[in-house]
Amino acid sequence: MTALSVRDIGISFGGVKAVDSVSFDVEEGSIFSIIGPNGAGKTTLFNLISGVYLPKAGTVSLFGEDVTGVAPNRLVARGLSRTFQNLQIFFRMTVAENVMVGRHLKEARGIVPHLLSLPSVVRQNRDSRTEAIRLLDRIGLAGRADDLAANLPYGELKRLEIARALATEPKILLLDEPAAGCNPKETEDIERLIEAIAADGVTVVLVEHDMRLVMRISNRLHVLDYGKTLASGTAEDVRTNPEVIKAYLGTHGAEEAARARR
Amino acid sequence: MAEFLQFAFSGLTVGAVYALVAIGFTLIYNASDVVNFAQGEFVMIGGMATVFIMAAGVPMPLAAGGAIVIAVAVGLLLHRLAIEPARGADAVTLIIITIGASIFLRSAASIVFDKQFHTLPPFTGETPIVIGGAAILPQSLWVLGGGVVIVTILWAFLTHTILGKAILATAANRLAAKLVGINTSYVVGLSFAVSAAIGAIAGILVSPVTLTRYDVGTLLALKGFAAAMVGGMGSPIGAIVGGLLIGLLEAFGAGYISSDYKDAIAFLVILAVLFFMPTGLFGRASVERV
Amino acid sequence: MGRLFNHPLAAPALIALIVIACGFGLGSNFYLRVAALVWISALAAIGLNLLMGFAGQVSLGHAGFFGIGAYAVAVGPNVLPVSPLLALVLGIALAAVIAYLVGRPILKLKGHYLAVATLGFGILVYMVLSNESGLTGGPDGMPVSRATLFGWRLKGVDTWYWITGGVLVVGAWVAVNLVRSPTGRALRALHDSEVAARVVGVDVARYKLVAFVVSAVYTALAGGLLALFNGFITPDVAGFMHSIEFVVMVVLGGMGSIVGSLVGAAILIALPQALSAFQEYEHLALGLILMVFMIFLRKGIVPSLVALAGRGR
Repeated sequence: MTALSVRDIGISFGGVKAVDSVSFDVEEGSIFSIIGPNGAGKTTLFNLISGVYLPKAGTVSLFGEDVTGVAPNRLVARGLSRTFQNLQIFFRMTVAENVMVGRHLKEARGIVPHLLSLPSVVRQNRDSRTEAIRLLDRIGLAGRADDLAANLPYGELKRLEIARALATEPKILLLDEPAAGCNPKETEDIERLIEAIAADGVTVVLVEHDMRLVMRISNRLHVLDYGKTLASGTAEDVRTNPEVIKAYLGTHGAEEAARARR
Repeated sequence: MAEFLQFAFSGLTVGAVYALVAIGFTLIYNASDVVNFAQGEFVMIGGMATVFIMAAGVPMPLAAGGAIVIAVAVGLLLHRLAIEPARGADAVTLIIITIGASIFLRSAASIVFDKQFHTLPPFTGETPIVIGGAAILPQSLWVLGGGVVIVTILWAFLTHTILGKAILATAANRLAAKLVGINTSYVVGLSFAVSAAIGAIAGILVSPVTLTRYDVGTLLALKGFAAAMVGGMGSPIGAIVGGLLIGLLEAFGAGYISSDYKDAIAFLVILAVLFFMPTGLFGRASVERV
Repeated sequence: MGRLFNHPLAAPALIALIVIACGFGLGSNFYLRVAALVWISALAAIGLNLLMGFAGQVSLGHAGFFGIGAYAVAVGPNVLPVSPLLALVLGIALAAVIAYLVGRPILKLKGHYLAVATLGFGILVYMVLSNESGLTGGPDGMPVSRATLFGWRLKGVDTWYWITGGVLVVGAWVAVNLVRSPTGRALRALHDSEVAARVVGVDVARYKLVAFVVSAVYTALAGGLLALFNGFITPDVAGFMHSIEFVVMVVLGGMGSIVGSLVGAAILIALPQALSAFQEYEHLALGLILMVFMIFLRKGIVPSLVALAGRGR
């Protein structure tokens, strides 16, 4: 079944069409990557899908239901969560608390029991923490659960964002450059993590610049350039598409590449 | 009609002072992100220092010049001793520092000067000019004219001198300004000096109309801040429009509705404006970048 | 040591100890009176801290809620068949409703725009209180009738010392509970990154409103207590300078520190008393102390000291 369907979506900022009539479908349980040169509109596309921006045109559907313009916090209830290219960590909270916020919709949210710290709230805090520790264990950060998030190095914060998103128990997870700024070892960890997430049946939509990572793990790819769709298909389709090569290497580079192949 | 004109003129007079305070806010905010709640104290210093220098027998123009020099010195000291050492602190921490400065300056003024109301002689007589049945004090024209002159000079300074351009560049992008070799700390100090001078001149212009005392700065800072926000924080045009708007609203509100609630009317309109335009009349809506 | 600091009951227990120690240690009625005023202000400061320090939303108009609570106690028994204590409850409810209605539109504003909108709200409350002299006695203020509890007249400085101290301890306990609950995590999360809070399911607008209403309730309760304790109030309790004082208490003591709010309140209430010997230099010193503290302990007194102690270990 189609988990995520984007139809003719578009938005412009100050007359510039940041995303222009983009359409694609993502099969449930697959890893779908969106690639393209810097400024191609990948993050903007994520912001449109996750409800952070309101699209000027087009529709977004989750599992066949139209969710265009639905607020991000409501999309979480429908099974969509995401991470950010520029870290959006709760720096004043501990590592465990960061993940516990991800349990928000799974927790009873009546204010009066919270004010009085009723036994049910104490129990729930304990449950949320247990789940948070389990997820931290999965990304190798259980040992730092009670450290202030601000004290973690960059690579670990990248993984912390993934753990926080996983805590919402998403059916679709949007990962915005999870390996950016990571060393080869960390990139490998993230690759394995993404594959494990997909193996659990979660649909992963990925924006990533590390082409080796993308080509290895993606079921399908979608290439953007200047906000428009340039190509779409499997890793092999995209790799050999002359338009894509031209966009990445420039016209001159594309000729070189073509000569080299001959 | 005469009544309307009367209210309009008194509104514009007070509004011009609010606008000048708001411009002072805007200058400092643009250069440093600091909301300077001691801005009203510059206005107070302008008026009070002129009064007391004159009392020592100095002719008015010289006394006014002296008052401006004092205000500028206070502005520079405020920057050097309180703002500069706290560089990089949270916005709200910086606000508390300027509030502390405001309390300090107010109290210092009550000690150095006194706690009485004072007035300055009008620059050019007290015979009201009658226009369309409305009586206008010549001093009101001085306030309005002075406001126009200050804004014009400021505009020329910002757009036609190297120093002014440095201020604009720092306002636009502090890091980039630093990278091209602008001493941004110097620019922030300069913005404090210019704001202090503008505030002091406003205080000298308006004291003959509204009286002055050691504590007039608080309410002026509040109204000036409100004016800057209604206009859109950081926008000089917004500061002028916001200041005049609040002045007019107060005058018309006091005249036609209830003088008890003139401040309330002004703030109700501010709330309404922000409700429909959350970044003020001339503020830029920013797109959340994530 | 660190474990002890982090215990949920650490802050309320510490505050309870301070209240008890001062209750037995402060000999004269004068000092007990000052201490009771500190407890009342600290309660309001804790409320504002929930909004500013935890949820990250500024309010320059919280004295408005303080005034609503205070005047509800003063005016209520004159116009309705209610006792002063019931009027206090009604006043708190009124403050909550007003906070809800006002908060809905203005909490959409950010930063300085929110500051000016809350400032406007505070001034509106102040204007109503000082202009409707038929009800409120106008700028000169009005007397407040004595409260009775089960036939017992609540009077005397030591009685009110223990009432205000007790309410403060309960208030601190409730605040800590809130901070450590899912609601508190949502508030702290939206402080750091609204967008990240939203994409994990936090309804940011709702939680800002929750923080605003809860903090209004704290502040109105404090206002009502002051009216009952003092027996007389003026509109200045709702004035702009009083709003600023609350903000200063929160920031000076430390945003996000419950104990800090008590320290901030103590400094702002006790300092003028201590400086009153110097009369006209009182405000001069106050302004100077504010600047010096904020320049050198910019995170606020309590968090800065805790950080220093941590480094020393």
